[in-house]
Amino acid sequence: MGGISIVLVVLVAFLAGMEGILDEFQFHQPLVACTLIGLVTGHPTEGIILGGSLQMIALGWANVGAAVAPDAALASVASAIIMVKGLGDGTADVTTAISTSIALAVPLSVAGLFLTMLCRTIAIPMVHFMDSAAEQGNFRGVELWQLLAIALQGVRIAIPAAMLCMIPAEAVTMMLNSMPDWLAGGMAVGGGMVAAVGYAMVINMMATAEVWPFFVLGFVLACIGDLTLIGLGAIGIALALIYTGLKDLAKQGGGSGGGSGDPLGDILNDY
Amino acid sequence: MAEEIKLTQQDRMAVCWRHQFLQGSWNYERMQNGGWCYAMIPAIKRLYSTKEEQAAALKRHLEFYNTHPYVSAPIIGVTLALEEERANGAPVEDTAIQGVKVGMMGPLAGVGDPVFWFTVRPILGALGASMAMGGSIVGPLLFFVLWNLIRMAFLWYTQEFGYKVGSEIAKDLSGGLLGKVTEMASILGMFIIGALVQRWVSIGFTPVVSTVQQSQGAYIDWESLPAGVEGIKAALEQYATLGAAGLSVDKVTTLQDNLNQLIPGLAAVLLTLLCCRLLKKNISPIAIILALFAVGIVGRFFGFM
Repeated sequence: MGGISIVLVVLVAFLAGMEGILDEFQFHQPLVACTLIGLVTGHPTEGIILGGSLQMIALGWANVGAAVAPDAALASVASAIIMVKGLGDGTADVTTAISTSIALAVPLSVAGLFLTMLCRTIAIPMVHFMDSAAEQGNFRGVELWQLLAIALQGVRIAIPAAMLCMIPAEAVTMMLNSMPDWLAGGMAVGGGMVAAVGYAMVINMMATAEVWPFFVLGFVLACIGDLTLIGLGAIGIALALIYTGLKDLAKQGGGSGGGSGDPLGDILNDY
Repeated sequence: MAEEIKLTQQDRMAVCWRHQFLQGSWNYERMQNGGWCYAMIPAIKRLYSTKEEQAAALKRHLEFYNTHPYVSAPIIGVTLALEEERANGAPVEDTAIQGVKVGMMGPLAGVGDPVFWFTVRPILGALGASMAMGGSIVGPLLFFVLWNLIRMAFLWYTQEFGYKVGSEIAKDLSGGLLGKVTEMASILGMFIIGALVQRWVSIGFTPVVSTVQQSQGAYIDWESLPAGVEGIKAALEQYATLGAAGLSVDKVTTLQDNLNQLIPGLAAVLLTLLCCRLLKKNISPIAIILALFAVGIVGRFFGFM
């Protein structure tokens, strides 16, 4: 990795770190972060593939309430750097490099989590400085501390990224090449399964007895290989519209009393 | 009384831009208060001219605040309207402003999470990722551009909506519209997650259940193919009718093949449901992920996955 590449990688890491807390532009999502790191290091295609694979795993990662999800920012940045190192001189197998860096990304996402908590604690005295700036009607003071707090979140990822850039590429390639098949293959097998955890997190947030049937429909329809995701999305939107529409109708029917639209039912009820 | 002070469109756009940094100073004490105050600054500068008023306004907007970062836009719109009334002499108390913020942030966060984090992002993410896994740059671009277009349009138009409707919005909140949006999002979300589980959670059990020698004609008889190009043509023709099973004499059935005959992806959905169970028992998602990697390595080592 050349000097300019390292600077650009650290810059991407800084953006990803800020976005990890802001959650606006999505620079911290693997699909974006890994692609950018791939681009600035001259491995665009591998970066995109890694980003896609990691994104599938991280789809459901979101911090909501007390549930803490793994940190996508450090996971995507660190795994992309490790993969680029592994690909360095072209001797390592691309598939192995990708699946290994995904597996390594997971423990790193835990480390990222602790760093986030640390930053969120350090932000407490920062908002106290904002308080005293506000006391004096000092706009610049409030703005300065807000920007510093954001920068702190960027540094949270930028420093580990810079440290990873310092690891010699030979060490990573050697490690990848010396890995036995059961370890490399096993990590790939594990990588295929971990997406389930992210999906389970989403399900737990949304599932009620009422919407479970839609999960079943989605699952069964997905077996038809010709249906693209866009096609499935269209079916899903149609189902949602039909269901809520019918439910509204049913409510109105119930409100007006007699006319339930089922003559036999009415007779039985009156009986 | 002096001329009425109004927020210009430029002021509101400045607030909208700054509002994107809402979570920047997220802290365990008052959560998004710093970012909220930071976003309000252009409006405070326009509305209040004396140092005392400005200081009071800054302090007023450093109170506890926490919601979903996007659905916070209509809340800041309403707050802008309230602050404008107050600057023009209407009796809007501090508690009224704080009351509107706290009253709206709860119900709105309840919509923002399922709609953005659990429906729109998984769908756009899966769409982009499925393209990216083939190495196409279109995947990441599509995700990034679409997401940010939706997000920015949402931030601006809902903030304007909140500003125009003002405190009336509280009535709309109870009108059932939010409930409906949440319900539709969870239907669409669950449907797509079902599809994603089938497509993208991969488990393969490799143990061989049976090996049978296939009868004549059920496999390609490689020895008796004509030579040269003709042979390739014949082989491809036979392959088209026989399928992958016709490639060798023995028909090998793995455990996975048996499971797939029930329904493809059965093991994936069972694993997902197991994860739901474990998460409900407050087992950390990270622990489950690490355990799955361990299972994968052990499975490969003993040759059953």
